[in-house]
Amino acid sequence: MPLALIFVPLLAAAVAWVIPSDRHRPLLLPAVAVVHLALTLFALAGMEKVAYGVWLQLDPLGGVTLGIVSTLFLICALYAPGYLEVRIDRPNRIVCAGMLVFLSMTSLLILSQHLGLMWVAMEATTLATAPLIYFNRTAHSLEATWKYLMIGSVGIAVALLGSLFLAYSAYLGVGESSLLFPTLLENAANFSRPWLRAGFVLLLVGYGTKMGLAPMHTWKPDAYGEAPGLVGALLAGGLTNCAFLALLRVYRIVDAGGEGVFARELLILFGLTSMAVAAVFVIRQRDLKRMLAYSSVEHMGILVIGTGIGGAGLYGAILHSLNNGLTKGVLFLAAANIHRAYKSKHLDEVSGAIARLPISGSLFLAGFFAVTGSPPFGPFVSEFTILNAAFSLGHWKVATAFLVLLGIIFIGMGGTVLAAVQGTPSDEAKATPFRDTLRTTGPIVLSMALVLLLGLWIPAPLRSLLERAAASFGGHP
Amino acid sequence: MTQSADLILVLIILSNFVILGSRELRVCIRTAAVQGALLSVLPLLVHREPGSRAILMALGAAVVKGLVVPGFLFQAIRHVKIRHEVEPYVGFVPSLFLCAVGSGLALLFAGSLPLAPEHAGSLLVPASLATMLSGFLVLTTRRKAITQVVGYLMLENGIFIFGLLLIEAMPFLVEAGVLLDLFAGIFIMGIVLNHIQSEFSSLDTHYLSDLKD
Repeated sequence: MPLALIFVPLLAAAVAWVIPSDRHRPLLLPAVAVVHLALTLFALAGMEKVAYGVWLQLDPLGGVTLGIVSTLFLICALYAPGYLEVRIDRPNRIVCAGMLVFLSMTSLLILSQHLGLMWVAMEATTLATAPLIYFNRTAHSLEATWKYLMIGSVGIAVALLGSLFLAYSAYLGVGESSLLFPTLLENAANFSRPWLRAGFVLLLVGYGTKMGLAPMHTWKPDAYGEAPGLVGALLAGGLTNCAFLALLRVYRIVDAGGEGVFARELLILFGLTSMAVAAVFVIRQRDLKRMLAYSSVEHMGILVIGTGIGGAGLYGAILHSLNNGLTKGVLFLAAANIHRAYKSKHLDEVSGAIARLPISGSLFLAGFFAVTGSPPFGPFVSEFTILNAAFSLGHWKVATAFLVLLGIIFIGMGGTVLAAVQGTPSDEAKATPFRDTLRTTGPIVLSMALVLLLGLWIPAPLRSLLERAAASFGGHP
Repeated sequence: MTQSADLILVLIILSNFVILGSRELRVCIRTAAVQGALLSVLPLLVHREPGSRAILMALGAAVVKGLVVPGFLFQAIRHVKIRHEVEPYVGFVPSLFLCAVGSGLALLFAGSLPLAPEHAGSLLVPASLATMLSGFLVLTTRRKAITQVVGYLMLENGIFIFGLLLIEAMPFLVEAGVLLDLFAGIFIMGIVLNHIQSEFSSLDTHYLSDLKD
């Protein structure tokens, strides 16, 4: 089972590479996505048995992330054929193969129970996604790819050093030690504290770079801004959540090693910094996709703040990774449709999106309300859970700053989004051939429906999975 | 055994200075290749009882870091006209000075770290820190995209040296994965370098600073 989750998309990537037709190739994506989601649901139903040796195992936390990635991938894969048909002028071999390799490597990352193997998978996801950012073959997309590749590679190198520090801390503490997470967790109390601390700082910086926490977020606006919306959705909703999973796994060891207080303070510090940076850059942001990138920086901040608060905050953070992932799917895909219709993603050209694209424009607006934490959508519930935890656990200053920053970001993003969706579209925009179709809006509607559902009602099996995931870290709902 | 390892580590530290001080891109890449080749001998010297694993690791490192990766980089500059670093953000002499200070501090700092007794006297940790530091210096102060890749390579080399402390704890599969990722990473960077060269007819990164808020 674990091998199927990894190798089905990997083989499909090879198949995608040899299919000669740009028209037929994208149809492979939804087929693989359906199989992957079926495998995922099957794996989640009988989680105890999902193991391949000691190296690959599905734990509740991994189960949540696997569910997010697989669902989001399905939404993107359903969207891809319609989108790539519009962009038939561009070869899509690299995009299709890269997306499938990405799915394979994220599955490997989620399943891997070894500190080193997890790192290898994380690096592989960076490499698989870098060529996707260069889809448009413009000077700007080249610049974005270069920054993503270099900053991502250096970040991930820092995470490798952090992993080695953690391993050395284990080596000093208990001698020859395996780097499997269960063993590390068991022995953590005896680890060498200075190396453990230093290792956590490096791992936070390293995996934080992949998440896009400020101040290591500088690649993010460029990459999300220049990549096709399809790729932006996968990065903002999938890859960042995998990096968050990696960070949670090492946080758990550091916490068990007795450095939890130190780690939580750092997490809250990075989280608030990220929200503050997002608040500054989201105001008067005139580029829709760059605005979404800063929103992603904000939500990564929210995730680590929830983790840093602990208890119910941790449950809120894990729930929020699900809500944020699906909402980013809505926003990036709707932004991609707007981009196609206006041939621009900039407020200079974009206005009246609801008049020009009634469905995509409305979804973009609904997605904005969802992502800024308005009821009745999913992110409201998770953000409220985190805020509530912050107040009830006595983090008054953090909770106040959290609320103020959420307010600023709501107003800042609101200005940009309303300017884009209201008003009347220009004549040039009306003249472009792109129209809302079932293929390019259906997947977004599906994603939006899930975001709404999660705000109103969390099904019992999902709730139980989230609770088990949080409980494995000492968190609770 | 430890003495020969320390000799190699000293040579690696010296190669950092050569890379930081040279204007010629070819010299930079060639020296990085020499550094990779030097590194690859270390697993054989550091391992307590070098067996097939240490030999495989040494071979893998020699092929990837000493041959293939520098090969990609030479490939990437074959059409480049200006083959030397122009006006780095920090000049050659100041960066050599910084490297010297950094290496000295690395030596002092490593002495104060809580190390296992078997690693206490060795130059592994200071050489690793010094190489990582030099790599960061190259990455952040040079303007050519290709030199930045060399900096990244040095950073990875420094981490590789640190990893030798754990040579018995890290499974071979993971070591191989790390090398494979480095190989794939530099391969993709090489392709992107080619695109940068054909898009801007230059490898200067100031062309790559148009996106901002």
